[in-house]
Amino acid sequence: MTLLAVERMKLFTTRSPWWCALIALATTIGFSALIVGNSDDGVFSATVASTQFGYSFGMAVVMVLAALAVTTEYRFGTIRTTFQAVPNRAAALAAKTTVVALLALVIGELSAFGSWGLANLLKPDAPLALDSAADWINVAGVGPVYAFAAVIAVAVGILLRHSAGAIALLMIYALAVEDLIRLIPGVGDDIYKWLPFNVANKFLTGDGASNLGRNTDAGAPMSTAALSQGGSLTYFAVFAIVLLIISIGVARKRDA
Amino acid sequence: MIEARGLTKRYGNTLAVDDLSFDVAPGEVTGFLGPNGAGKSTTMRMILGLDNPTSGQVTIGGKKYTDLKDPLRTVGALLDAKWVHPNRSARAHLAWMAKSNHIPARRVDEVLETVGLTSVANKRAGGFSLGMSQRLGIAAALLGDPEVLLFDEPVNGLDPEGILWIRKFMHRLADEGRTVFVSSHLLSEMALTATNLVVIGKGKLISQSSTKEFVARASENTVKVRSPQLDRLRELLPADSATDTDDGILVSGLDSAKIGELAAGNGIVLHELSPQTGSLEQAFMQITGDSVEYHTGLESEARHALEPAE
Repeated sequence: MTLLAVERMKLFTTRSPWWCALIALATTIGFSALIVGNSDDGVFSATVASTQFGYSFGMAVVMVLAALAVTTEYRFGTIRTTFQAVPNRAAALAAKTTVVALLALVIGELSAFGSWGLANLLKPDAPLALDSAADWINVAGVGPVYAFAAVIAVAVGILLRHSAGAIALLMIYALAVEDLIRLIPGVGDDIYKWLPFNVANKFLTGDGASNLGRNTDAGAPMSTAALSQGGSLTYFAVFAIVLLIISIGVARKRDA
Repeated sequence: MIEARGLTKRYGNTLAVDDLSFDVAPGEVTGFLGPNGAGKSTTMRMILGLDNPTSGQVTIGGKKYTDLKDPLRTVGALLDAKWVHPNRSARAHLAWMAKSNHIPARRVDEVLETVGLTSVANKRAGGFSLGMSQRLGIAAALLGDPEVLLFDEPVNGLDPEGILWIRKFMHRLADEGRTVFVSSHLLSEMALTATNLVVIGKGKLISQSSTKEFVARASENTVKVRSPQLDRLRELLPADSATDTDDGILVSGLDSAKIGELAAGNGIVLHELSPQTGSLEQAFMQITGDSVEYHTGLESEARHALEPAE
């Protein structure tokens, strides 16, 4: 508990988490407002799923926040002060990851329900009620997805130690590489089914029930992952935690 | 208090620290002396468990650093004053450190008061001058009221006022009975601060002794002689023992009593007969002369540069 309190103090006594949180909320909710504001009653009808189309932008910002939380420690040498104060590096880094993931969870829930709430204000007559499990997962699930995305970002930050390198890798991977892999002839689509962010998207959108049959070509593409929604979240979580364990293992052996 | 045994650190092909063994006695200021690149900082990082030794080990009061419970309460260290997040305030920086080692929060204000940073405690540390950063680093080292204190090049880059402050501070810490291990490449600084010296060069131990002993052993004792009959005296001295100076000669290898007796025995008038004590710099150069990592014939280069252009 002490270590969690320490990492919370460290995180909130710098400015970047606050800015990142604000930007994550603004981009996600803003994008949702655009989508929903431009919806009509036909092909582009507002649905619960359409209120969450912008979640990946907020996730990108949350991953920047998470990566910075650890790479700035390397950048400014405070990681050494941390390991001096807490020689058990695994405990210190696990505590940091937990705090960052919890913040990501909160940002995720705020942005998801903020987007959904704003959509309700913009289109009071649209079918936006959360009246099925699929609807609830699509909105409330954004928090856990942000949290595990943050774990991935912290792990990459620990491994690379450089802000620019870690952020570039994370952004390029999450926003481009997964889609590009689909272009590999033959096996591309099969590999893509198992790539973590595609799988995370499957957890949120499932088989499209929360999108009410809205034309998928008119919005974010459906995930091609083969797992169930529960299986998808588990897969994404396991991927994040394995990556974290590897990075902590490296950090323990490495000279600080 | 601090015991290093066969401490070795290898980076690729470079041996940064080579089979280093030394002891740092409790309740005294021990200087850790060596030229730049001798392995001082690496050794300090190994003491703190930040770098893993390739072989050998170092213990503090018989325990490895990583086995200490709430280590800031046993060992305080200032390795680099810039290891602070620039957007975090001085107070916030100390507050999280205190929290992590179960140190009461009021201790933060106490150490800020001790180093004289109370008035800027809530300012962002990135805006601090080097001297202020150094004070903050010392405050962090003192936070857990530790018995052992490690400082790496604490006076580096400081103005005279800052240097004086740090020097007084070291003495105060030792007077309080703490073990202080302070590294420097500035010998004059060590002569004023440390009672014991651990001297290294190229990662190897060169000597461990008291500062006095080190200077006495290392500095070549010379005697300055002025006399109207220098030519006669020179003939009586062993070959190559006399060096000309502006107004006399410097004799090495003989003490003043011998030279005086020699002069009296031969009826030579002496105007001056004064033993010269070597400076710590001389002693240091003499002992570490071969162990400077980046020896580039600097001296001859400098001499060349100073020669008037022909």
